[in-house]
Amino acid sequence: MAATAQSTTTILDKNLWNGGVEPMKASYGKLMMWFFLISDTFTFSALLVSYGLVRFSFPSYLGTNEAFVSSTAYWPIPEKIFDALPFLHGLEAPLIFVGIMTFILIFSSVTMVLAVEAGHRMDRAAVEKYMLWTILGGFTFLSCQAWEWTHFIHGTDGGSVMKEMVDGKMIENTVFGANLVKNQYGPSAFADFFFFITGFHGTHVASGVALNILIFYRTAFGYYDKRGHYEMVEKVGLYWHFVDLVWVFVFTFFYLV
Amino acid sequence: MSDVIEHNEHASDGGAAHRKVIWRTFWILLVLTAIEFAIAFALPRGLFKVSIFVGMTIIKAFYIVGEFMHLKHEVKSLIWIILLPCIFVVWLLGALMMEGGSIFTAR
Repeated sequence: MAATAQSTTTILDKNLWNGGVEPMKASYGKLMMWFFLISDTFTFSALLVSYGLVRFSFPSYLGTNEAFVSSTAYWPIPEKIFDALPFLHGLEAPLIFVGIMTFILIFSSVTMVLAVEAGHRMDRAAVEKYMLWTILGGFTFLSCQAWEWTHFIHGTDGGSVMKEMVDGKMIENTVFGANLVKNQYGPSAFADFFFFITGFHGTHVASGVALNILIFYRTAFGYYDKRGHYEMVEKVGLYWHFVDLVWVFVFTFFYLV
Repeated sequence: MSDVIEHNEHASDGGAAHRKVIWRTFWILLVLTAIEFAIAFALPRGLFKVSIFVGMTIIKAFYIVGEFMHLKHEVKSLIWIILLPCIFVVWLLGALMMEGGSIFTAR
């Protein structure tokens, strides 16, 4: 009983209804970041859910991997589409590049969480070091994505012969690359989803890098030392891990399945 | 209360134990991604492969959200506030994928 009475008074002392007590033991900023992330989850889910809907409204490719040719008749298999590497023209390396991109993003997530940990210890030099690694990882990922988009838009050397409906007649012509209206890899919805899903994720990475740079700048100028805590690193860290998390899902549902 | 213990730990070993957990999580994520990669080429396409991928993705998500985003160590109510809406999202995903299947049969 004594303990209960004491805890009640402590809560009252902390000014219960005026922001004195943190709900769910999380600070205001962190809680709001979580709420933002859950709403962002819905946006990404909407994209992935609509991908799932459209993907299953198209027939699957049933032949062997070796015999695969792009066609609007069925949904393409990703490992036959994403099989190029920069500087190694003509080499078939299915999914290797996306694998590298996944690795880069996971690694930058690790350096971010190390920066957060260093922030707990008020170790400014370590926060700076790990923030720089995280920023580098973010830029590398964005560059990889820029290359992948360029490759996807320009297409393969030979292009592919696609059947198209023009003025009510089916005609065949060779299509190179993809944009929002034509697509050499399969149904045009496939390219649309590629651009929207990876593009929306890339936008998130880009804004994450901008936030990371801001945090690095403020750390380097002693802003958080003056403030007495490094909670901003933690909050931006939450966002950065979320971006990594989304990529894990995009990797599975867009590239693997 | 657990916060206090954690901070004491930070003080005593300079966060070394925490850093160890971080690196362990990193290796788990890396190995899982490597296995996913191997499975992508080793197994034929089908429901079995897809369910392995989905399962491994959920394990990876658990480690990222639980350890990196620290949600595992937050209070229970916060964990459920984040998890519950996601369960409904999974339901929506399943429902609309089935819907996609019936659009396919209908046309």
